[in-house]
Amino acid sequence: MWITRRRLFDLRGTPTGPYDWRWMPRQLFGLTTGVVCATTVEDVTVIATESLSKRFPRVTALDRLSMDIGPGVTGLVGANGAGKSTLIKILLGLSPATEGRAKVLGLDVATEGGAIRERVGYMPEHDCLPPDVSATEFVVHMARMSGLPPAAARERTADTLRHVGLYEERYRPIGGYSTGMKQRVKLAQALVHDPQLVFLDEPTNGLDPVGRDEMLGLIRRIHTDFGISVLVTSHLLGELERTCDHVVVVDGGKLLRSSSTTDFTQNTAVLAIEVTDTDDHPDGTRAVREALHARGVDTHDGSGLPGAGHVLLLTAQGEDTYDLVRDTVADLGLGLVRMEQRRHHISEVFTDSDEQQSTAHHSAGKEAVGHGG
Amino acid sequence: MAVEQTPAQAGAQSRIHNIGYRSYDGQRLGRAYARRSLYSQSLRGAYGLGRSVKSKVLPMVLVAVMCAPAAIMVAVTVATTAKELPVEYTNYAIVMQAVIGLYVASQAPQAVSRDLRFKTVPLYFSRPIETADYVRAKFAALASALFLITAVPLVVLYVGALLAKLDFTDQTKGFLQGLVSVALLSLLFAGIGLVISAVTPRRGFGIAAVIAVLTISYGAVSTLQAIADAQGSGSAVPWIGLFSPITLIDGVQTAFLGATSAYPGGVGPSTGEGVIFLLAVLGLIAGCYGLLMRRYRKVGL
Repeated sequence: MWITRRRLFDLRGTPTGPYDWRWMPRQLFGLTTGVVCATTVEDVTVIATESLSKRFPRVTALDRLSMDIGPGVTGLVGANGAGKSTLIKILLGLSPATEGRAKVLGLDVATEGGAIRERVGYMPEHDCLPPDVSATEFVVHMARMSGLPPAAARERTADTLRHVGLYEERYRPIGGYSTGMKQRVKLAQALVHDPQLVFLDEPTNGLDPVGRDEMLGLIRRIHTDFGISVLVTSHLLGELERTCDHVVVVDGGKLLRSSSTTDFTQNTAVLAIEVTDTDDHPDGTRAVREALHARGVDTHDGSGLPGAGHVLLLTAQGEDTYDLVRDTVADLGLGLVRMEQRRHHISEVFTDSDEQQSTAHHSAGKEAVGHGG
Repeated sequence: MAVEQTPAQAGAQSRIHNIGYRSYDGQRLGRAYARRSLYSQSLRGAYGLGRSVKSKVLPMVLVAVMCAPAAIMVAVTVATTAKELPVEYTNYAIVMQAVIGLYVASQAPQAVSRDLRFKTVPLYFSRPIETADYVRAKFAALASALFLITAVPLVVLYVGALLAKLDFTDQTKGFLQGLVSVALLSLLFAGIGLVISAVTPRRGFGIAAVIAVLTISYGAVSTLQAIADAQGSGSAVPWIGLFSPITLIDGVQTAFLGATSAYPGGVGPSTGEGVIFLLAVLGLIAGCYGLLMRRYRKVGL
């Protein structure tokens, strides 16, 4: 597809100041996967946009957005008003872009909207179900609206409702359903015509933790078991981290970042250490920090991060660092509870991107530890 | 492909039978089929079919009320061996206009307000159909429903008239004229009903607004016509008829379909004046369609 190569290198190849040291291994990794992706993605790009812009009289909803999304589960992250819904509208061929181009499943959104909508499913964020009909009747109707013949519509409806986890209750009017069940019906109507791609707009909205877990599991299955690609929007990064292969961050209509989830959450060179306290050293963490300091290793107490105070963070310089830590802790007679490589969370990277410019002047050492944790 | 899963894999709830996901490789019938499906679903919905028992009550009662007088007239005609039916085919709908108005008021909001209120519209537009398909399907469905409810009593009258061995040519001509008249009436009432209902997601408000527009306009027009007639300015009577839907239809059928005018004084528009009535009816139908298109272009997702 157009732009593929440019994007991949663009995104992964431009580290900025304080990140350089940490970017090295990731950059290499990124380039490697970049090459691999470029060959596969070219064949099977699901969504491709090029300088896509949408301007309303007072607001710019999308600002020269260029991205490529391959098969799999892709998370679209952005605050309210970041342009997510506008993007979905344009991708469904319902709203013309002010400038730029977009293709969905290889079809141009400007000219082949009907063909796109036949192959794509859409689950809106808001309530969209009439309360006085049963889930079965409603989903059958929606299947026929997607072009399925009557018999096939009924068969697919029964299958799909079972796959999303609705059983006997599917014959009851939707008005009596719980929020979780309604979300399942909404999902079923998006899947009933066996699309190649579904747009899920905030599918976990209003669900309790259990319902949320089930919904996330279901979204994962849409790709792994059903073979359907998914574009899912959310403002909860933790959710996307668990379900998505790829995350696209949009802010103010601009592309902030587009990376695979493994890129986001890969291991860092930062070690997290947790030790026990003893009578000799009532504050074991502090004792270790001072001892390490004496041996020329900078540490950070992880303030502002979960578990701060009990965890010691330091930058591993190589295999030696592990031995050094082990020996230091043993010399002090303390127990080493935990020593692990810290993993990134998407949320941290998200914050990084926001603060990238504003924190550029900070000292490299502090930056390294602070962001690495 | 169907893959049998073990109960342990499938989870507690689905242990009865859980076959794996099957993809669909069959036909996809596209936009025209989707439009037809929406039409038939809306048409059925207009009689409460495929909806709850409660929603079937009113349309069915109104159908019965529409047909009962026709059945009684037929019975009387057959029993008394009268030479003609007590009412002209073209006049039946005018006489029963209150019932027709009630039917439009109850079913037009049902057809469009529900989709707006429960925000189902975006689901339609995320499928192969376009705005125009949705509007046409809904318009055609309500007009067909109205045509059925107004034409069935005419069929009852016609069959009764033939049973009573009334003149076949006369009856057939009158029956066909009646059908043309109710077809126009159905399109006009459906358009007006849908435009009003599409403005509001509140069904009750839609019902009240449709009834108000139909009855107030008819009340005002017929009062003015009566005053004009009593004051001796009979020539103004037909022109006043331009301002309410039912008197418009009355004017058209008086001018072209051999109907006897129900206007005060019994003087309807002449054939020449009738052209204006016909243009007004067609213009209103087209205008309603245009307004609906405009409305739904804005609704979108």
